[in-house]
Formats: sequence, structure tokens, C-alpha cells
Amino acid sequence: MATIEKDSVSGQNTTGHEWDGIKELNTPLPKWWVYVFWATVLWAIGYWVAYPAWPLVNGYTKGTFGYSSRGELDNELAAQKKARSAWLSKIEASDVAAVEKDKDLLRYAMAGGKIAFNENCAPCHGVGGVGAFGYPSLADDEWLWGGALADIEQTIKFGVRNTNANARASEMPKFGADGLLKPEQITAVSDYVVSLASKAPAKGSAGETVYAENCAVCHADDGAGNKDLGAPALNNQIWLYKGTKDAIAAQIAKPKHGAMPAWSERLDASTVKMLAVYVHNLGGGK
Amino acid sequence: MFKHHAKLETNIFFLAVGILLTIVVGGLVEVVPLFSIESTIEKVDGVRPYSPLEQKGRDIYIREGCYNCHSQMIRPFKDEVERYGHYSLAAESKYDHPFQWGSKRTGPDLARVGGKYTDDWQVRHLVNPRDVVPGSIMPGYKHLLRPLDYSDVAADLKALRVVGVPYTDAQIANAKKDLEEQVFGDPAAKPAVAASYPKAHIGSASGKDKVTEMDALVAYLQVLGTMVDFSTVKPEAIRR
Repeated sequence: MATIEKDSVSGQNTTGHEWDGIKELNTPLPKWWVYVFWATVLWAIGYWVAYPAWPLVNGYTKGTFGYSSRGELDNELAAQKKARSAWLSKIEASDVAAVEKDKDLLRYAMAGGKIAFNENCAPCHGVGGVGAFGYPSLADDEWLWGGALADIEQTIKFGVRNTNANARASEMPKFGADGLLKPEQITAVSDYVVSLASKAPAKGSAGETVYAENCAVCHADDGAGNKDLGAPALNNQIWLYKGTKDAIAAQIAKPKHGAMPAWSERLDASTVKMLAVYVHNLGGGK
Repeated sequence: MFKHHAKLETNIFFLAVGILLTIVVGGLVEVVPLFSIESTIEKVDGVRPYSPLEQKGRDIYIREGCYNCHSQMIRPFKDEVERYGHYSLAAESKYDHPFQWGSKRTGPDLARVGGKYTDDWQVRHLVNPRDVVPGSIMPGYKHLLRPLDYSDVAADLKALRVVGVPYTDAQIANAKKDLEEQVFGDPAAKPAVAASYPKAHIGSASGKDKVTEMDALVAYLQVLGTMVDFSTVKPEAIRR
């Protein structure tokens, strides 16, 4: 059985355990450690009272501070909104044209618009609005649905060909797939569109007749397009889906139609306005 | 007390009783809170089981390991809410088996990606991400353009019902029909699938004449985070 003896060197008692002549000192824990330990225990009890802690039958103890992480977020967002409201309330109250005229508001809107653009718009339209295959460039002066500030705001708000009731919508007929034009007519009119795009329309060609009868109603006689219908101009070298004859023929036969979400369903009104101002100032605003 | 402890440790009967008591207390502490787990799920309207097509898309999401790089949980922090939208609720993943919250974000969070991009963008991005996002390091998933095997979709819903997803008998019976209708139905004609699964994204994303895996995955992505209408949710009601 264990015998506890006093160690002559340290003056401490041993635990009484012995292994091959080696004995263990029963040194008490340092005082500072013991105090810190009890302090943390007390702290935990205080924490139970102050913060949400214990599960109950229906719910949990809420704590005297009434803290919740989501409540804290609500407060942070409210504080942030207040800090920004000096600018945002002005943007919200004025129309886009007024925002653009006011130098300070314009600067704020450009900075805010850029952030929103890079997060929401750049995946399709590219950083800086350079555009991509199927997604129009927003940095040039060619526009599908109009490049005036109000037009841009309208497009961002309600989008294009989506489920929003106010979305911009138009659909080019499937001239080939629905048999509205014969293959040779499509070939001819594709040739004509190529000539139109290089500003040298092939006068008197078979394609010109087909164009006048089928295409001009939306794309205009001279190929200038129609912004109200989202009919792109065909008299320049800016193409949504490539400008080769084959690509044009494919688009006439079975057109692809771009779409865009209605951003007013995701973003607040002032962000949409800032985006409109930002896009208008990317280089091609009318 | 310490004197008696030696007795407790050396007597097999008392030791067994002591161990049993320890396990009972430890077990209760872990189990009892689960009795009120329902109270952690916020009471909000709109969350519904996934449509058959979305469910198939979810299976593909998991099969392809999307969760390795994408989380589906917007945390209640200012910067996350500003970028992704309203923070995620527990209620929004109550029919997820398993949930896809995750914490690994090589790519962006996808909890509210539904409706953010067009179908066309989703397809092109999945086929080759560099086509639309030049700096992306995501792999391409061109193989998803192959036809979807949905012969077992009714069984999928049935299995999910066993673990608590409230699919009705009619929904299980119509699973195949609903799946096809969600791809080939005309959204303007208000097909039955839209009544059974509100806000279901109708249309063929890939444009193929058969249902493709791409269609399923895009239908799933397009519904993510769109079920709850937050304009009708009171912030106080979902505070935790």
C-alpha cells in the first residue's frame, strides 16, 4: 500500500505511488492557475445569464443582453445604411438624369455602380462592359434597346425576355426553321446583310428584295435597326453573334435570342440607378 | 471525498454504476436539445420540396462535387449579405438531404444564384467557364450535355419521403411527367408542374430535344434561394 512521505529536497509530500524506486511528488497546482480556473467557471455562469445559452422545452434562454447574431447584423446594416444615406437618399429621391448632372452624386454613383456591375453584370457583359459572344458590349455607342440614360435604366430594371411583366421582349421569326424563307432566299439575304454591314449594299440583288419584304420592317430599310423592338442595326460591323455569312444565315434560319434578368427583383432602386449611370458613362451613352 | 474515491475505483459494482451515471448525464445533454430542434427552423412561407427535375439536378451537383468549391450558405455578416443577398435560413434547406452548406469557397457561394444569370449563361459557363469569365479556374462540364437518365425519378422522391420530405402521392405518381414538362412545357401556358412546384424554372436550358443532365442542373441552380420572398418576412421573426 502507498505510503506518503515527505521529500527531503523539495519539502513536498509524495503521492505514495512508486515505480521501480521512482516516486512522484504531489505538488499542488500553482495558485495563479487555480484562480484563473475558478474565474473562467464564474465567467461561464455570467455568460449563461447574459447571452443565449440553455435549451428549453420551447426555445432557449435569451440572455439579459438580448443578443442574437442576426440581430447584430440587422444593427450593423442599419448603421451602414445610415452612414450611406447622405448619398443614397439623394440618389433614391432624384431621377437618374439628376444624379448624372450633380457632380458629387455622379462620382458616388460611378463608384457604387462599378462595384455592383462587377458583381452582377460583368459575368455576361465583361469587366468594363466590353461584351462577349451573345452579350452586347456596353462600352460602345451601339445599343439594342437604346443608349439613353432612361432606356438603360429601364433595361436594367426589367431585363430582357424574362418572366417580369415589364421586361423588354421581341422575337425574330424563325425564317428557316418555320419555312418562312427558302434556303436560297436565306443565302441571298445573308449576302445582302454582309454587304449592308460593309456600307456597300448590293443594290438590285435578289437579297435586297428578300430584305425589303421580310427584314426591313424591324431592321429598317437602311439596316439602322429599331431600338423599340430591340432589332439590332445591321449596317455596321458590330455583331452579337458574329458577322460572317454563315453566322448570319444561321441567325436568320433559327435565331438565338438573348435574355437578361430583371434586376429590380434582386437589387434596390438606388443600386439600379447607380448601375444605369455607370453603364451610361462606360463610353457609349447617348 | 478523495478517500471514498479509491473505494469507488476499486469496487467493480460502484465503478459500473458511476460509469452508467456519467453516460446518462452526457447522453441527456446531447439528446435533450434535439427535442426542440424544430424551433430552430424559421417559420417562413414558400419553401417547397424540389421538383423532380431540380432533384435530379441536385444529384448531379453532388455527383460532380460542386460542393468541393461552392458553399450554399450566406452567413449573417455584412459583407456576405451585401454581395450575395439575404443570409440563408435553416428553413431554406429543410428539405435538403444532405444539405450543401459547406465552408469551402474556391468559387462563390451559390445559395442565391437562382435567377442571377440566364439559362444561356449557365450552360455556356458550365460547358467552358472561360468563355464567359476569363479568369475562372472552374473546370468545364461539357459532358453534362448528354441525356439525363430519369427512369428512377419517382423512386427518388419516394425515398426522400421516407426521410421526411413531404412529397404527395400525386407528386410521386407524376414525377416523370412533371420532369419532362418542366423542360418542354410552355411557361406561358401555366403547366401543371408550375402549380405543383411554385417558382419552378420552366424551359430547356440546353435546347436539345431530349432532357439533358445540363437541363436538370440548371433548373436546380435557377431555383436556389428563390423560394422565400423576403419582402414578406419580418426580420424579428427570424432572429436567432
